[in-house]
Amino acid sequence: MTYQRQTDFGTPESRASEDVTLTIDGRSVTVPAGSSVMRAAAEQGTSIPKLCATDSLESFGSCRLCLVEISGRRGTPASCTTPVEPGMIVHTQTPLLHKLRKGVMELYISDHPLDCLTCAANGDCELQDQAGAVGLRDVRYTPEETHLGQAKDQSNPYFDFDPSKCIACSRCIRACDEVQGTLALTMQGRGWESKVSAGLASDDFLGSECVSCGACVQACPTATLVEKKVVEIGTPERSVVTTCAYCGVGCTFRAEMRGEQVVRMVPWKDGKANRGHSCVKGRFAWGYAQHQERILNPMIRKSISDPWQEVSWDEAFAYAASELTRIRDAYGRNALGGITSSRCTNEETFLVQKLIRAGFGTNNVDTCARVCHSPTGYGLKTTFGTSAGTQDFDSVEDSDVILVIGANPTDAHPVFGSRMKKRIRQGAKLIVIDPRRTDLVRSPHIEADHHLALRPGTNVAVLTALAHVIVTEGLSDEAFIRERCDWDEYQDWAAFVSQEKNSPEFLEAVTTVPAATVRAAARTFASERNGAIYYGLGVTEHSQGSSTVMAIANLAMATGNIGRRGVGVNPLRGQNNVQGACDMGSFPHELSGYRHISDAATRALFEADWGVTLDPEPGLRIPNMLDAATDGVFKALYVQGEDILQSDPNTHHVAAGLAAMECVIVQDLFLNETANYAHIFLPGSTFLEKDGTFTNAERRIQLVRKVMTPLNGLADWEVTQRLAQAMGLDWAYTHPSEIMDEIARLTPAFAGVSHARLDAEGSLQWPVNDANPDGSPIMHVNGFASGKGKFVVTDYVPTDEKTGPRFPLLLTTGRILSHYNVGAQTRRTENVAWHPEDVLEIYPADAEDRGLKSGDWVKLASRAGETTLRAQVTDRVAPGVVYTTFHHPDTQANVVTTDYSDWATNCPEYKVTAVQISASNGPTDWQEGYRAQAEQSRRIVHAEAAE
Amino acid sequence: MTTTDKLVMMANQIAANLAHAPDPAAAIAEHIRLYWDPRMKAMIRQADVQGLSVAAKAAIASL
Repeated sequence: MTYQRQTDFGTPESRASEDVTLTIDGRSVTVPAGSSVMRAAAEQGTSIPKLCATDSLESFGSCRLCLVEISGRRGTPASCTTPVEPGMIVHTQTPLLHKLRKGVMELYISDHPLDCLTCAANGDCELQDQAGAVGLRDVRYTPEETHLGQAKDQSNPYFDFDPSKCIACSRCIRACDEVQGTLALTMQGRGWESKVSAGLASDDFLGSECVSCGACVQACPTATLVEKKVVEIGTPERSVVTTCAYCGVGCTFRAEMRGEQVVRMVPWKDGKANRGHSCVKGRFAWGYAQHQERILNPMIRKSISDPWQEVSWDEAFAYAASELTRIRDAYGRNALGGITSSRCTNEETFLVQKLIRAGFGTNNVDTCARVCHSPTGYGLKTTFGTSAGTQDFDSVEDSDVILVIGANPTDAHPVFGSRMKKRIRQGAKLIVIDPRRTDLVRSPHIEADHHLALRPGTNVAVLTALAHVIVTEGLSDEAFIRERCDWDEYQDWAAFVSQEKNSPEFLEAVTTVPAATVRAAARTFASERNGAIYYGLGVTEHSQGSSTVMAIANLAMATGNIGRRGVGVNPLRGQNNVQGACDMGSFPHELSGYRHISDAATRALFEADWGVTLDPEPGLRIPNMLDAATDGVFKALYVQGEDILQSDPNTHHVAAGLAAMECVIVQDLFLNETANYAHIFLPGSTFLEKDGTFTNAERRIQLVRKVMTPLNGLADWEVTQRLAQAMGLDWAYTHPSEIMDEIARLTPAFAGVSHARLDAEGSLQWPVNDANPDGSPIMHVNGFASGKGKFVVTDYVPTDEKTGPRFPLLLTTGRILSHYNVGAQTRRTENVAWHPEDVLEIYPADAEDRGLKSGDWVKLASRAGETTLRAQVTDRVAPGVVYTTFHHPDTQANVVTTDYSDWATNCPEYKVTAVQISASNGPTDWQEGYRAQAEQSRRIVHAEAAE
Repeated sequence: MTTTDKLVMMANQIAANLAHAPDPAAAIAEHIRLYWDPRMKAMIRQADVQGLSVAAKAAIASL
């Protein structure tokens, strides 16, 4: 579509159920009670001039431009702060209003540079628009003093701040406060001295607490805060709504374009996942799409010690097919396998698992959810009957108490984190269970009512202790349990958690959480009306990850917190399409829709559609594939959009597994770490270059729309199809919508999903079927999918990973706001300004014992391996606990993590590794060797040079 | 650690976490049937039973 700003209604939508009818400029309009006069006017198509008002923020009433006259009332009230009343008669355009607005605008413009023609916002400036709207033709004042000529703050890599153009409307400050909840900006000084400031006067934007979410830039009505790309390229000429490819929140954006060049990504106000908000990654960190290190030509090589040879697509597919066929003939079909990508679309993921099952002839397919949320699939399927979270994101607006366990939403799911913080500022209570003091524990205007800073690895013990208090103090919701759950199973569970060995007092020695804190938290959670539980990888990535998920489900059922708004069990998904990758049959034991491969009826459905016979036995999971490879029986791997060498645990073992294979095919944007061990490289495409769908953590299916031609020539689904064709499969999809039609045909929860419907309706939350034709924002409203909710006894079983004299500290790993997963994308953007390297957080006393201070190089060693990185001394971590991220391959944090994994799913235990920290003076021998091998492996002989 | 050692460890983990199931041996065996590939099942059947817990041993005998 051609470029047009989204409609701005001036003030937020009222959620009141009663309506009010009034008359504006002679026309009757009916709006919800509590709406402003400005909003009501906008709803009927009347645009009242405004500057300080925008519909993402509460009304402010400072600019005096939106004045109206109301029959029977004196004066000229601001329409943004005046609520509608029944029978009210409003006039938005009168001679008096015209004169007043023109006078106000004249004052604004008298202190504003008149450089419209060379201004970056020319044609896209609300101040410019409003000057025209009020009919300003000249400025009579010649002020002796102005704010013009002030120095710009260009410190932020993505946007500039030009105070000379500021009209002091406070929209940026209010956006930071109300929408983002960081409260980084302030109005410094008063009256004439008023100036927007990023913290102290000495702070610039980059050095301040600003998290670069872009809300202030979006809110600014002038060019005071403007994207550097707009300054560089110019204003956009068209826009396409698409879905972000970072994290499981699934924000929708308007990709605002000039030709095939992205000018900026602006959060789409109608997006139901993000409601018009964004974070630094989705809003700004998309430059990787055109990074110089992107590989655009297919490449092959006989041995990983050879340089890459660029070849044509035809040659690459022919070589890949011949290698896969050779290996299958020589070693059998189970010597082959593949990994689908949670960064790719549903359609692409579905095709990869189809190729492996129907083309390779094996169920050896897995996905990166193996190493993140596979325990969610197992745990929620067991207890609730469905492998997914229960709520939509809007639900948090009705929560009275929020329990966050093993999740850091302000860093890893920042847009939802902001919504959660907004609800907490409104009064919801907060319980945080985390070994680290995350920002949710204490940050401006946010303070957890209870922080249970448990010892890593003791989630189940803490959750069981909470359940002990709830059951033994009679805080269970017996009516809910009797109606919705299996009563006998509940009684067994209640008897178990009531045992003395599960009391907070008994378990305090294990968890290190004071019993009184556990008791207080349990009472808070059980006594509020609506209790919601949000969790992340701090729950799943443990040897008892699946048990922890089930313990969470037990807690929600015991307190009756399932089946309505404000409650529920909410896994915060790591990657953009983890939910979708799981839904699409990426696990080796099940077909799409979580149906086990051993089920003959389900298999028959797919066999009839695909024209093949499927193996009824489950295939290998990723860690099992690597074990089989080192055993010499697994020989070929097709990896789409994953970097297992950096993301998976025990790097030594992953490398050994990859090195033992005869054919590794990597399909990716860049020569990632896994590609160091690859024989065939198929260039991937970014989310900007293809059509399809992503499914976010709310089960919300949203369209990904192509905004530019793939730089490599093919979208990822086309690459998979060409590989399948080279292997003799007769696939002939012409568009991803046809793949979605096949998914809908074969997957009951997707029965009502199609691209046409998604295009018309914006999004759908599965299940979408005859029983739920419009989708399912909230699950289990009238009962559980499996009939009765199942209580499962989850006994605490300590991990086999033990601390001791050699490795006395516990390492837990995680993510940071500015980076995403292995950093392949974000490291190739300006986000490195905030996090150029992984650092090790260590408690002051632990650092002191080792003679370390912040900034020192330290060696991080475990039983699995060792690496070096810089230390950051902080009490954010508890004594005995250290923390780092895994975003940078120079650190390769996973060289120290172990093979221990979740008992049910093999999800690795990233969150508990016994380590020792010591002073270091440089990289380890392994790091030096790794770098040398990577450098050697990335040599490319370009096609021209090869001829 | 060899693959067999890992499988023994995994079987023991499964057994420890399903200890409260109504029929632990049956639950362990069912879990292995549903989630392990044929080679892993064959390997655990041939594994040194000394390393297996009592419950895991009983389950694997029924595979």
